[in-house]
Amino acid sequence: MARRTGASRQRTVITPEGVALPFVLATRTARAAALVIDLGLIVTVMIVTTLTLIWLGRGIGLEGGAAINASKSRAIQALVIVWLIAMFLLRNAWFLFFELGPRGATPGKRLTGIRIAARGTERLTTEAVIARNIVRDIELFMPVVFIGGAFAAGSDTDVAGWAGAAWFAIFVLFPFFNRDALRCGDVIAGTWVVEASRRKLGEALSVSAPPSAADQAFTFTPEELAVYGEYELQTLERVLRDGRGPALDDVADAISRKIGRPFPYRAERVFLEAYYLQLRAHLEQGMRLGRRKADKYAA
Amino acid sequence: MNEAASTLIGRLGSWFSPAASAEIAAAEDAALRSDRFRLEREGEWKRLEAIVNRIESGRLRRISDEDLLALPALYRTAVSSLAVARETSLDAETLAWLEGLTRRAWFIVYGPRAGLGDWLLRFFGGGWGASVRALGTDILIALALMVTGTIAGWLLVASDPDWYYALMPGGVGDARVPGASRAVLMGTLFGQQDQQGLSVFAAFLFSNNAQVAILAFALGFAFGLPSAMLLIQNTTMVGALVWLYHGQGLTLEIIGWLAVHGTTELYAILLAGAAGLHIGRAMAFPGEAAVLDAAAAAGRRSAQVMVGVVLMLIVAGLLEAFARQMVNNTAGRLIVGGFMLVLWTGYFFVWRGNAREIG
Repeated sequence: MARRTGASRQRTVITPEGVALPFVLATRTARAAALVIDLGLIVTVMIVTTLTLIWLGRGIGLEGGAAINASKSRAIQALVIVWLIAMFLLRNAWFLFFELGPRGATPGKRLTGIRIAARGTERLTTEAVIARNIVRDIELFMPVVFIGGAFAAGSDTDVAGWAGAAWFAIFVLFPFFNRDALRCGDVIAGTWVVEASRRKLGEALSVSAPPSAADQAFTFTPEELAVYGEYELQTLERVLRDGRGPALDDVADAISRKIGRPFPYRAERVFLEAYYLQLRAHLEQGMRLGRRKADKYAA
Repeated sequence: MNEAASTLIGRLGSWFSPAASAEIAAAEDAALRSDRFRLEREGEWKRLEAIVNRIESGRLRRISDEDLLALPALYRTAVSSLAVARETSLDAETLAWLEGLTRRAWFIVYGPRAGLGDWLLRFFGGGWGASVRALGTDILIALALMVTGTIAGWLLVASDPDWYYALMPGGVGDARVPGASRAVLMGTLFGQQDQQGLSVFAAFLFSNNAQVAILAFALGFAFGLPSAMLLIQNTTMVGALVWLYHGQGLTLEIIGWLAVHGTTELYAILLAGAAGLHIGRAMAFPGEAAVLDAAAAAGRRSAQVMVGVVLMLIVAGLLEAFARQMVNNTAGRLIVGGFMLVLWTGYFFVWRGNAREIG
């Protein structure tokens, strides 16, 4: 149900129609996980491609040794070219291809439930996707080479090596030093990564719980309805939709105490549904008249 | 009932599925006004959701034309429903769901407009040239840097030949060193057409050069300084190489040898560096815009140029591996190189194509 998200990750975008749409920025953890999944997939595809080509090369007759004739060597050359191009494409086009799709997400991002989007009200353009992925090279591959090299060399590494490693570490750590968790590519492309949640629509409560029976049993006075606000209403909605027995009992107990009624023994659910519907009708009527009550503390 | 009314009802009937009309009937029973609002519109929302689901899962072909045409209208309905619901309904579930649906539809309605194919068509039909022209100033700066680099390379090596070893990354067995005889140097320029594996060499050169160009662009992020350094560093090598051959009276021959692919490759490096500088400049001097917005605008403009750069490097790799080894005389090489130079310049700066200006 309603997942709690820190206010620091909430962003609002105004659509061209003038309606504010809330977005939740993806966590850095989710993005890192997506990246690891993607890299794993890329490496797997690379290995499979390489093995397939080697297998094809075997079939052509690589073991022939000195007896390789011209046509065979040409065929081998063609395989090497295919391999070089496949490696280049896997390294540079994987992210591009998937992020240009309607989901705006690579397989890794899809699995972690995130996608890319344009910052602000602009539409996501092909150029933006290209830009954000071209920069990936210096953010990821170069630092890995440099930092890996610095560690492999151990204490022998000279100052320049460490300086290079530190310089590239800046790019890797860039997302940790800004509010929107942008990486360098996001800055250049004007994009960010947001959560892409999909959910099912629950039943309308006033239909799934026909009020006729409840109405007769419980009718609340405006004074009894005035003690709570929208926040409590939505908490009550969550409890009703979850429908767990003990929680229902507790909430029914709390409400009946607050409004000074006896505990609705064996009719907790009916009591709560009736209270929910009447409270919602009460508050929505207030809304239509321009009076909103955020929570029970509001005047 | 007259005819107009019956067609109207027929249209409405096809608009709402049978389930939706049942929901409208249920809406009559709903106690709350906001729930009635929801139930009356739920059919359209669900239809929008079904279309969005199909588009997201990539089954674009299985969507009827009718649905595709209805998508923008359904999206606007959902947006306006959301706006109304926020002011009249306290049903958190519906609001959250509607927000999610609107968000997903928004990505599709205002998503990347063109697929990769359409985009490439537009790109070759003038978009490429337009994006190059948009970098005018930066190309001039990058050109100045490259010329400076070449001259600096020449002067450095001329003043002290030891510089040559510092500038050139050549291997131990490389014959191209100061003091090499004219015959040896000639041998490196001509007579290699018997080499095997030219096509492999071309593919290798391309993937190597493209990675360098991508680096030159991406480094623009650090205010363009690394891009500038990369441009200078690469061209000092050219300067040093030309000096070496000049010493043995082979100036024209080395220029021909370089020109075959060099006009294309150096052009590509020039554009990649210019694209990097463009971003660097936009971030250092954003003008009226916020730094992030300026960087984003510059990044999108130069991303197109970079796609072009990669394509140019494919051409350069092919020229280097094939044309240079097969055309074994200086005049022919100069003609090929000069032709490519004219071709690229004409394509970028003279031919306007039919695409809108980009930027």
